[in-house]
Amino acid sequence: MSSKVYVTGIGIISAIGNNVAETLDSFNKMHSGVGTLEHIISRHQADTPVAEVKASNAELAVMAGFPKGHEDTRTALLGTIAAKEAVKSAGITDMKEFRTGIISATSVGGMGMTENLWMQYLDTEQSGPWLKFIESHECGDSTEAIADSLGIRDYLSTISTACSSSANSIMFGARMIKQGLLDRVVVGGVDSLSKFTINGFSTLMILSKEQCKPFDANRKGLNLGEGAGFIVIESEKAAKGKTIFCELTGYGNANDAYHQTASSPDGAGAYLAMEKAFNISGLKPADIDYINAHGTGTEINDLSEGTALDRMFDKKVPMISSTKAFTGHTLGACGGIEAVFSILAIKNNMVYPNLNLVTPMPELSFKPVTELKKDQKINNVLSNSFGFGGNTSALIFSRVKE
Amino acid sequence: MEAYIKGIGIISPQKTFDTPDFLSDVVETASNSLRCIEPSYKDFLNPTLARRMGRIIKMSIAASSICFKDSGVPMPDAIMTGTALGCLEDTEKFLFSIIDNDEQFLTPTSFVQSTHNTVSGQIALQLKCMNYNFTYVHKGFSFESAVLDGLMTIAEGNGNNVLVGGHDEMTDKYYRVCDRVGYWKQETVSTMELINSKTSGSIAGEGAAFFMLSNHASAENYAKLRSLKFIYKPESQQDVENRIMEMLAEKGLKPEDMDAVVYGINGDLRFDGVYNDLKDGMFKNSTAVYFKHLCGEYQTSGSFALWLASNMLKKQEVPAAVLIGEKKHTSLKNVLIYNGFMGDDQSAFLLSQC
Repeated sequence: MSSKVYVTGIGIISAIGNNVAETLDSFNKMHSGVGTLEHIISRHQADTPVAEVKASNAELAVMAGFPKGHEDTRTALLGTIAAKEAVKSAGITDMKEFRTGIISATSVGGMGMTENLWMQYLDTEQSGPWLKFIESHECGDSTEAIADSLGIRDYLSTISTACSSSANSIMFGARMIKQGLLDRVVVGGVDSLSKFTINGFSTLMILSKEQCKPFDANRKGLNLGEGAGFIVIESEKAAKGKTIFCELTGYGNANDAYHQTASSPDGAGAYLAMEKAFNISGLKPADIDYINAHGTGTEINDLSEGTALDRMFDKKVPMISSTKAFTGHTLGACGGIEAVFSILAIKNNMVYPNLNLVTPMPELSFKPVTELKKDQKINNVLSNSFGFGGNTSALIFSRVKE
Repeated sequence: MEAYIKGIGIISPQKTFDTPDFLSDVVETASNSLRCIEPSYKDFLNPTLARRMGRIIKMSIAASSICFKDSGVPMPDAIMTGTALGCLEDTEKFLFSIIDNDEQFLTPTSFVQSTHNTVSGQIALQLKCMNYNFTYVHKGFSFESAVLDGLMTIAEGNGNNVLVGGHDEMTDKYYRVCDRVGYWKQETVSTMELINSKTSGSIAGEGAAFFMLSNHASAENYAKLRSLKFIYKPESQQDVENRIMEMLAEKGLKPEDMDAVVYGINGDLRFDGVYNDLKDGMFKNSTAVYFKHLCGEYQTSGSFALWLASNMLKKQEVPAAVLIGEKKHTSLKNVLIYNGFMGDDQSAFLLSQC
């Protein structure tokens, strides 16, 4: 059993870059990925901004290293690209050297494919090679595609707890390492944009018609995004002698048990998740240097999360920002994507700006960081992810002490 | 990592609630799509709430309520469920309305209920349970991952009683869609004849089953869950056997110590080889049991198998309807479940008498 869980690899693809280097470049240039929907034909194209990955499926397949002409769901392609980058960055060449697993997360899995083919599936008069995508509807399908492309066989699972999904996959992987069930795990999540989610969030009237403004008093809702974020976590034994990004010191999961979709006004579930993460890490709120907030830009989330943060930090909230105005809300992938941001904040001693903030929320004691900050000493980062169904999760990443 | 099964609630295509009967009166279906026998939901839910809820959500809430009562644990320390398809009926409803109305005039109810974590979220909401809450959605590993999490939670000391469940529903449309990739038999097969079938395809099933895992030993418990292993795309039959041997050896057991083995035989000649080879080889001296003729093939059918094996151990009985060949045991002390969904995502549970 390993008492520590180390991060040894990171991989990411989102609207602000197809890999870690491009992502950092976008942060440095303060380039948001939110723009016009291009790859899906939808009634909402003109009036609903989204943060889309700037590549077609055919281009993504090449980036993922598949043979020419390979077709798959956008979810499987995005996931494979980010997971491969993470494994490469961890310097893993032999999957059999240690017991290796993958725990992915997604909210709608292969829905982007299903919604285009559903009527054809139902019409037995029509037939074609597209029938092979029927099974890609299941959330586990993209995980198996990633696992097979990486040669991971020892354990596979997929988690779906709405927008907290990939924070939970990171937590579950860490627990498996601590229990001695695996030596290293590729953890994170992926979601691709779909008409299903665009219309779903639209019916809930929480999609902003302009660029989202997390934690702004006049916020109008969220922008949906897509992408994947994976990290490689390893036991002390497996990580020995390797370059280590940081340590995953804390994780907590709770349920708000307030409403099927809305967060409680006091953020009771969010508070509990953070409290559990602090208990596991042994850290105090004052030890946190930066918070990567869930900060979706909806009226309810930002108030609920902000209220819970004010209570948790006794109104002495450290540097905080939501990066959703860069990447959009990537649903099941956001915990993985924001874990990569948290890890990079420690590695590069930087803090990302909370874009589009004009008027801070009067209900809260804190004002998010609005400029890119460098040369900070970032030792401990808290990353929050909350979702429908009351699911709340918090992760803490910490610099490894010399 | 071990835990006791303290209570169970299950809604299935068989008479598995509100009856002391243990599969002596089997429901035979003249169709290749088995559907659950549903309870009267007014016993479990406020009728206004029930009217808006999808079928699988209601079945799951009923099954979990039965489990709370059966276990005498009103508030679990954690909730984890497994579902491959989530709330399929609501997903289809929302998808169809997007297509049919060209993305206009949509209402949020079916979208909200379509998310895979609706069931675990609703159980938490009904109980006002703010504890740990997880939903696993990995095909044939969905339920098994939830059980693994339950075992880990108990091993970590983070819970004394944890609720784990598996739930999946079938719809007419999804049955037709999966039929196009060869999931189901083209000829109608009667329940007790499924095992003799020599064709490809299985029969569709569904169910909602919940278990209270506990760290507390008691003569009242159903069984002790001693081990759970995941076998993803095994390389060969030898690979399967090696991994089962390893699993048994970790507990100081040998194949001949298994009094009975529950197989995921689904009547599909493409996939039953792995089970038949175990049955006629490694476990030739163990009583052989099967179950998918009673609940159908579905991704979380492992939950039906766990209900069956737990009751076999508690009641010391193997119902005739699930027996393959002769009984080979005198008493039931150790039972192994070997199951998979359509040949993929195979898993093994090891259970012992309390």
